[in-house]
Amino acid sequence: MTLTDQANALLRRVPVWLVYIVCMAGAPWLFWLGVSGGLGPEPVKGLERELGELALKFLVAGLAVTPLRRFLGLNLMRFRRAIGLVTFFYVCCHLLVWLVLDVQLLAQIWADIVKRPYITVGMAAFVLLVPLAVTSNNRSVRRLGPAWRRLHRLVYPAAILGGVHYLMLAKGFRIEPLVYLALIAGLLLLRLPFPRLLGSSSRVGGDSGVGRG
Amino acid sequence: AAGLVGLGAGSVRAETLEPNGWEEITSYNNFYEFGTDKDDPARYADRLTISPWTVKIDGMVDKPGDYSFDQIMSAMTVEERIYRFRCVEAWSMVIPWNGFELADLLNMAGVQAGAKYVAFETLLRPEEMPGVRYPIIEWPYVEGLRLDEAMHPLTIMATGIYGKPIPKQNGAPMRLVVPWKYGYKSIKSIVRISLVDKQPPTAWNKYSDREYGFYSNVNPNVDHPRWSQATERKVGSGLFAKKVPTLMFNGYEAEVASLYAGMDLAKYH
Repeated sequence: MTLTDQANALLRRVPVWLVYIVCMAGAPWLFWLGVSGGLGPEPVKGLERELGELALKFLVAGLAVTPLRRFLGLNLMRFRRAIGLVTFFYVCCHLLVWLVLDVQLLAQIWADIVKRPYITVGMAAFVLLVPLAVTSNNRSVRRLGPAWRRLHRLVYPAAILGGVHYLMLAKGFRIEPLVYLALIAGLLLLRLPFPRLLGSSSRVGGDSGVGRG
Repeated sequence: AAGLVGLGAGSVRAETLEPNGWEEITSYNNFYEFGTDKDDPARYADRLTISPWTVKIDGMVDKPGDYSFDQIMSAMTVEERIYRFRCVEAWSMVIPWNGFELADLLNMAGVQAGAKYVAFETLLRPEEMPGVRYPIIEWPYVEGLRLDEAMHPLTIMATGIYGKPIPKQNGAPMRLVVPWKYGYKSIKSIVRISLVDKQPPTAWNKYSDREYGFYSNVNPNVDHPRWSQATERKVGSGLFAKKVPTLMFNGYEAEVASLYAGMDLAKYH
């Protein structure tokens, strides 16, 4: 048994509900830190940023599922829906903190969305993710058929917009947003046809899985 | 001394400012030379050597030279000033500084007739400053004031907080405090002060002149391109605190508005 086989065997024994619980626990934990002073004397911005970064991390993890299987044989497909929905969960938390705790004023929220390009970009990413979250159930997969796969390619532009959103809000030249953007770009590039030429993986890449991105 | 809250007679507000606690003032800082997270300065600034410390005063002055920190302190009168502090990132604090008026220091060096601006420079010592490994902005950090702004009685060099020597993360041993301007104008850990006749380059303005003007006066009516400046969050008020309206010139309008009479404050932001 290879290392990959062992990992896959282990992964098969992990229940999906556990992934949901463990991955979403970050939100109440951060919220508790914010209330109890663990995020410093000005917790709102910290909470907002941490939730946004978690959303980006899960977004990257979700984009990595297919390349991991294709190039390393590591099978995380069972968890892909969970990873996607956890991403959306953190995007919603991030957005809610921004709306309710950060901006606060209804009039200013709309002004910010249309006036501030980095917020426009972030909102666009959110809007693109909504139909994906709504159709993340077996019934939608069955009903939409091949259209489901096409629809869920919206995660690609959403990911780029998410990365750009982070880059645009940075004050000064910053490394972190560039790392996220590079990861996102790299994972999207791996989906282009040309990596199939790179040898051994071409066979794995050819099989068909429902909802493969 | 009593906190010079609104500089007495000129102020219409009778409010007393409630200073933030020591912990808040010394743990939530922007001092990018030590890292970009708010707690990085408190974490890493301890490695900064502040003794000995020399400030070079040069340019259009009668007595240019390298002044030691002790030499400066022996000639200055330190008093307490309780000021509002408004960051361009839309958070604010109230800080009980100890310091002396910048005008006293400049007069000590003797400002020559042709001088129109004052340029300031922060220490750049990579072996003690982990943040300067990254080109977040161009190092060293530089700032500048018009001479009349520099000579204004509200403008101080802070050397302490709450009666204690100013902590390294707050800009030890000596930093500028210009309470009616966004915080980044109040340059920290100063090693050079130059009297010049042309508007000097300033760190954030070099990074983006659209976002950070030379004047950088606190102004609720002129938004930063990426966020509103109309309101601010008071540091220490917790997760659910309401934001409060930002005051023109950070509440020092009565004292400083005349410096900018007739100027278009949106253009000269």
